[in-house]
Amino acid sequence: MDSLALEVGRTLAPEAIMFWILAPLAVAAALGMLLVKKAVHSALLLAWVMITLAIFYIAQDALFLGIVQIIVYTGAVMMLFLFILMLVGVDSSDSLVESIRGQRPVAIIAALGLGGLLLSLLGRANLGVEAIGLQDANSNGNVQGIAQELFTNYVWAFEVVSALLITAALGAMVLAHSTSSKSRTAQRDQSIARFRGASIATAAGLPGSGVYALHNAVDVPALLPDGSPAPTSISATLDARGDMLSSKPFELEVKEVEED
Amino acid sequence: MDIANYIYLSALLFTIGAIGVVVRRNAIVVFMCVELMLNAANLAFVTFSRVHGNLSGQVASFFTMVVAACEVVVGLAIIVTIYRSRRSTSVDDASLLKR
Repeated sequence: MDSLALEVGRTLAPEAIMFWILAPLAVAAALGMLLVKKAVHSALLLAWVMITLAIFYIAQDALFLGIVQIIVYTGAVMMLFLFILMLVGVDSSDSLVESIRGQRPVAIIAALGLGGLLLSLLGRANLGVEAIGLQDANSNGNVQGIAQELFTNYVWAFEVVSALLITAALGAMVLAHSTSSKSRTAQRDQSIARFRGASIATAAGLPGSGVYALHNAVDVPALLPDGSPAPTSISATLDARGDMLSSKPFELEVKEVEED
Repeated sequence: MDIANYIYLSALLFTIGAIGVVVRRNAIVVFMCVELMLNAANLAFVTFSRVHGNLSGQVASFFTMVVAACEVVVGLAIIVTIYRSRRSTSVDDASLLKR
């Protein structure tokens, strides 16, 4: 039998409608991922492609994979991508300068050739089977069916994958670890610095801010015994910002008590 | 609709991912395109699993996801390490072996 296209069976109309709505959107998002300049936009478009793929999985009786796709890919992997984008700078966009001359057109032509080869091969292929569908395989439930496969036929691969996961976690820890260039100041060092500092007056700690009957906040300096405000009782940041209030309006007016 | 349309979509997405890998310069975007290629292969696995009425394809797809997760973790750690020493994520800048 000579078939001109890969014919493996037909789907019901609702699935076809879903496919023809979502597939162009997925392709458009994938193309947009190539064309947009900012990496963050690429990441969001890729997340969209992954969600459409999850819907396709669920439509094709792969419920477990559809859920895992959303949790692992759009949840964990894309979150990791966005996290790294935040780490290395959101505006790290592509340089448009070609470092190898003529590389871009050649690369595009080669990749399009790959695509044409794939599509034309699929167009000529003949699988020789009618689609069976997963009704029988999923008769006990999709998750149960996959578990049965995973823990009988593929149990060795499953064990190897666990070793791979641990290796990857260790590798990421080793790669991302960096020894800091200066040692952290511990409590002991801070204590020594206080007593060896310019003045021993603040060794017991800095004075607290002012507490007045009308105003009790950190932006008003406390008063020294001679009545002058103590600048060290206010955070240096507030002082630099100019948010420090004068303590003058809140001072107690001392009235001379007349003697009888 | 023919079920094979899923396979065509998978081939199309794989091609788009391949173009992205060879054209884009930002290492993170290149990485995302690799993810797209892996996802396209997964779609083919799931579709063939449906055609053959056999869950082995879905199990293969599951393993692909696990390996992709490992690959992302290690790959992004490498990108961060390169960024730390070179202050750039462009794949053109990591050309120390050329000189």
